[in-house]
Amino acid sequence: MTEQTPKISVRPEFRQAAVPQMKEKVFELKGIDVLYSGVAAVRDISMEIGRKDVTALIGPSGCGKSTLLRCLNRMNDLIPAAEVQGELLYHGEDLYGPNVDPVQVRKLIGMVFQKPNPFPKSIYDNVAFGPRVLGRKDGLDEVVEKALRGAALWDEVKDRLRDNAFSLSGGQQQRLCIARCIAVEPDVILMDEPCSALDPISTGKIEDLMIELKERFSIVIVTHNMQQAARVSDRTAFLMVELDAEEHNRWGRLVEYDATEKIFTNPADKRTEDYVSGKVG
Amino acid sequence: MTAFGGAEAPRNRLAVAGARATTAAMLRDQPRGDVVRNAIFAGLLLLAVLIALAGLLALLLQAFTKGSSVLGPDLVNNPPSTAFPDKAGYRPAIIGSLQLIAGVILFVVPVGVGAALYLEEYADKSRWWNTLIEVNIQNLAAVPSIIYGILGLAFIVRGPLDLGFILAAGSLTLALLVLPMVIIAAREAIRAVPDSIRQGSLALGATQWQTIRRQVLPAAIPGIATGVILAVSRALGETAPLLLVGATVFVTFDPTPFGTDGYSAMPVQIFNYAVRPQEEFQTLAFAGIIVMLVVLLAMNSFAIWLRNRYEQRW
Repeated sequence: MTEQTPKISVRPEFRQAAVPQMKEKVFELKGIDVLYSGVAAVRDISMEIGRKDVTALIGPSGCGKSTLLRCLNRMNDLIPAAEVQGELLYHGEDLYGPNVDPVQVRKLIGMVFQKPNPFPKSIYDNVAFGPRVLGRKDGLDEVVEKALRGAALWDEVKDRLRDNAFSLSGGQQQRLCIARCIAVEPDVILMDEPCSALDPISTGKIEDLMIELKERFSIVIVTHNMQQAARVSDRTAFLMVELDAEEHNRWGRLVEYDATEKIFTNPADKRTEDYVSGKVG
Repeated sequence: MTAFGGAEAPRNRLAVAGARATTAAMLRDQPRGDVVRNAIFAGLLLLAVLIALAGLLALLLQAFTKGSSVLGPDLVNNPPSTAFPDKAGYRPAIIGSLQLIAGVILFVVPVGVGAALYLEEYADKSRWWNTLIEVNIQNLAAVPSIIYGILGLAFIVRGPLDLGFILAAGSLTLALLVLPMVIIAAREAIRAVPDSIRQGSLALGATQWQTIRRQVLPAAIPGIATGVILAVSRALGETAPLLLVGATVFVTFDPTPFGTDGYSAMPVQIFNYAVRPQEEFQTLAFAGIIVMLVVLLAMNSFAIWLRNRYEQRW
């Protein structure tokens, strides 16, 4: 792990003295609020996400990790009542700018979901779906093979590409979803608790895969599993639930964001320490 | 564990024996009253099933005993006749019915599926007018068929469309009659496609239309097809609206969709034979009932088979 600390812009009290710039930023979040029907789910999130890094979002249930993740490829647009405030830059471009098409955004920023969600089609057609949607007609065999190899699934399925994807095991299905995602050659892959429905062996395979994939893609992963965050990520953001004075409303707030090693060994905030050491959460 | 050792042992053993006695008592026969009540209730439920079946069985038995004597190629090949019941058949009515349901399918599949897709995939359910549309579609499905007949007469045969008393007008009327059924069935099929499929597709950069066209619709087609078949079999059996929009009880030639000389349909022709005083014609009516029942049962069975065979379990 490289010894560089990201620029932290959570709250002044957590700001470190010397913060070397991250090599290249893929996302810059500036004071992001996400509201559902006017009620805040996360508030005032400011952070920068590095290119070809694995960035983990950790925190207790309900702290808005998934909500935050879904802002990054505009999946929140699918919920009519959701609203994103603040500035979210993707390679310096406003992701929520007036001329930005969410469909184009999702071609560049793919997503892997919590529960494997293969399409009720053949393994081949699952992987080929993305390229086909992009209008690709020939050379699909190569694209499918490359994506399946990239997801470390090729050897297991190369003889049964025409079988229904539902015939695969849960772990294989999730790797198929990763293959499906990388088949469109995105720039970023968002993963929303990708291993929470899987057994430890499948989880291990997907973690190995993530470390391989970060050579080619920037990855942002939401996880409940702190060991997972520690194993795969370069940087970790810890979010927590905050309550208002009447304890009526609750929302997620970024507590600390730093190099993963620092978060897990020497966090700046007491709450982070309590959480990563298992005292709360 | 020291529960079965030391000074405690005898008392424990007693406790175990006592527990065993209680367990044995509890496992014994339930009280007589419970048994009787159970039997009465189960008997009543069985009776309900038998009454439902008895209707169908009586219908089949009666139709077969009275109509089977004239079953044969002549029945479907010959036109009706007023004078010669032994040569009379259902040919124009069968052809008319086939054309009617073909028209129904042509109209009801695109319109019904389109409406269902709009309501499920595009309509904002928080808007009052969409809720109003939903409630009204449910209501439309319960409107008596004769009322659709009047609608067809006023708006399709005459009025704005002014098609005249032609088969296509009858077809359109029947299509309107079963359209709510198709919409409801298609909506259920579309709703059964889990959101995770839509999200997976959209997350790959597919547009909403690509997602619907390539993921949602293919996954919903078995359910939609089942609904369409059931709706068509309802249309096939309808008589009342057809009488209002021009189906004639006595047609001896093969009808055409836009011919102005009149047309007939199976249930109308059965009605025509059944009201005649001669017993031979009533036999013909029963034979017609057999033909219709066989067609309807075949269609409904096909719908059930289709549903079981292709239904996607998520």
